[in-house]
Amino acid sequence: MKVLSKLIEYSFAHGVHPRENKEATVSLPIQRMPFVNEYVMPLNQQLGAQCKPVVEPGERVVRGQLIAEPGAFISTNLHSPATGWVRAIDNRRYPGGVFARSIVIEADPYDSQQQPNAARDWRHLTPEQFVAEIQLAGIVGMGGAAFPAHAKYSIPEGQRIDHILVNGAECEPFLTNDHRMMVERPDALLLGIDILLHNLGAKSATIGVETNKPDAIDILRGHIRPDQPIKVAPLRVKYPQGAEKMLIKSIFDKEVPAGGLPRDLGMVVNNVGSVLAIADWFQYGMPLIERVVTVSGDGVRQPSNLLVPIGTPLREVLKFCDGLKDDVFQVVMGGPMMGTSVASLDVPVLKGTSGILAFRQPQSQRTREYACIRCGRCLEACPYFLNPSRLAKMARSRLYEEMQQYSVMDCVECGSCTYSCPSNIPIVQLIRTAKSQIRQSAGKVA
Amino acid sequence: MKLRENRLQLQAAPLLQQSMTTGQTMRDVLLALLPATLAGLWYFGLGALLVLFASIAGAMLTEWLFSPVDKRAERLNDQTALLTGLLLGLTLPPALPMWMAFIGGAVAIGLGKLIWGGMGQNLFNPALVGRAFLLATFPIAMTTWSPQSGPAEFFQIDASVLAAPFMHSGYDGVTAATPLGSMKFEHQSTGLWALVSGNTSGCIGETSGLLLLLGAFYLLLRRDLDWRIPTGILGSAALFSTVLYFVNSAHYPGPLFTIFSGGMLLGALFMATDPVTSPLTPRGTWIFAVGIGVLVVLIRAYGGFPEGVMYAILLMNAATPLIDRYTQPRVFGKGIKNP
Repeated sequence: MKVLSKLIEYSFAHGVHPRENKEATVSLPIQRMPFVNEYVMPLNQQLGAQCKPVVEPGERVVRGQLIAEPGAFISTNLHSPATGWVRAIDNRRYPGGVFARSIVIEADPYDSQQQPNAARDWRHLTPEQFVAEIQLAGIVGMGGAAFPAHAKYSIPEGQRIDHILVNGAECEPFLTNDHRMMVERPDALLLGIDILLHNLGAKSATIGVETNKPDAIDILRGHIRPDQPIKVAPLRVKYPQGAEKMLIKSIFDKEVPAGGLPRDLGMVVNNVGSVLAIADWFQYGMPLIERVVTVSGDGVRQPSNLLVPIGTPLREVLKFCDGLKDDVFQVVMGGPMMGTSVASLDVPVLKGTSGILAFRQPQSQRTREYACIRCGRCLEACPYFLNPSRLAKMARSRLYEEMQQYSVMDCVECGSCTYSCPSNIPIVQLIRTAKSQIRQSAGKVA
Repeated sequence: MKLRENRLQLQAAPLLQQSMTTGQTMRDVLLALLPATLAGLWYFGLGALLVLFASIAGAMLTEWLFSPVDKRAERLNDQTALLTGLLLGLTLPPALPMWMAFIGGAVAIGLGKLIWGGMGQNLFNPALVGRAFLLATFPIAMTTWSPQSGPAEFFQIDASVLAAPFMHSGYDGVTAATPLGSMKFEHQSTGLWALVSGNTSGCIGETSGLLLLLGAFYLLLRRDLDWRIPTGILGSAALFSTVLYFVNSAHYPGPLFTIFSGGMLLGALFMATDPVTSPLTPRGTWIFAVGIGVLVVLIRAYGGFPEGVMYAILLMNAATPLIDRYTQPRVFGKGIKNP
């Protein structure tokens, strides 16, 4: 039976197979990064509304202290990553070449930077209290999108959650942070799942892990107690296996309705990092003030998996990894398929930063763009069964209304189309621009 | 240790791309056509080479002439003109006057591709547009087949090949019926081995079924070829011709003859698979392919011409936008009832 279950691999239709490139960091244990001088906490690092600061410049703050409150329901709390002083609240560099309002904290070099340590009760909470706890802890989806987690757990009237899905697919090349967390902290992960099962009233849980992480699958299976309704589902190695709708399709062969959410199917999908953050909050009272980041790519001297306080500037993280090689061409936050390249190393690690990658040359050797020859590779790559070729052509002609008829708003911008295009057409980039234009003009009408 | 960020490059995700490029695809197709081309030269001699040259020259010169001056080198480096010229040349009779082949190449690129707006915009397969033009304009020359000369007479060139432009040249040479011609008009079949090896008369590149399959197999391995198209065409044609064969085996050929005779393989493997003029959607591709297969057999069995591959493909090319429109894939999560 065990042998048989090893042969089963869950998957979805379409998708692409980029080179995994995980060798450099896959076997490196997570290392704690030492504290640095200055931390920058952008107020808009979660999806949704910007946070409202509750501290003033000059104020003394301790590690884990609340420094900003949610600006709306879809927003969350920010906590100080270090004990020290608030030095400023002003505009600082943010990924994507822009500036964002941020709380700047200078760490106290003589403080012991003690970790918060006070367990919190999770067995006797009402659903509303549980949602409030998660928001209090400032937990967001840590796979990259940074969607406030509590919003997922506030279930509208008439819906119920039967199943918890834990996303350990980690389909982005280079990244190994989820992998290392599953291998090194299986018990904390299972505790986090227990907390979710208990508080959401779900019956069972599944951890989806791509089969390129056999050690994680074995370790998790070994740690699941017989009384826990938790399974590990091995997933085929394929991008974008970790997109939540693809994960559900792979494991349950169910499609989340277009425009809908996993909870329409009675499910909630959580990243491994988010579940661990939940465990840390209830076990130690530690809010989301640090996260695991993979530092990799051929431009980094010492690739690593690091536990980094949120707000640490990339420069400091890279310094800790022996710095960049001389001829670094590009630095990316996140994975190479959906990450953001940065113009400055002053930008900080955010709650949603899963990786820092430095490259010495362009990752694609192709420069020349050919005409679309309608080869159809993008159609066979698109996991949402859109027609990227046609959408790209329409985007060039700004036929935004027709693009909506062709379901452009269902695109999740995974980039599989651009990856697969032999003519080097920036398909997803064109679609992304069109989508934001469509959203903008919709906002104007409303 | 240096931390230099003043030169960091910004790029919108994704940064990764698979390695196959459109230019590489064109080179792959050219390579895949090489064995069948060489076989054509082996069977038909130097004259065939001149015909191929003329058609390629016509295609490339037209591409060069009608491209913006600064884009000329780039466009010719695409190798799409070279490929179109070669494909057209392979569908021409070996004794066709060179000047006609040249005009064919020019028409293929000019009316088949450039007038639509260039690469990727054309509705019809350019090489087949060129061939259709030639067949309409020079019907006699386009249906006069010289017999195979073989390597011994490699350097013997049919006088008609070198005929001066627009001058009438009589066909004093020996002519031979193609397998399809003898099937159509005399109801005489040709041995399968002759068809597979290419030891028959016919167009330069379409005689050797084996080498065409070899080339297509290479393209399949390189994933340059949509397997659905040849499968659909050959499958439906075989099925349809089997039915006809059982109805009247004296009149209609069997499935193997249907597949290995005339331009069937060249058309199914290298012409219909042109991505630009075939549907984008997987479902549409099946409709397109089955349509071609059925049309080929229909034209061959009931039409006035012995051969129908060209018209079948051109007709389905015309239907491609319509097919695409009605076969859009079902978007993930739309129109589905989950249990």
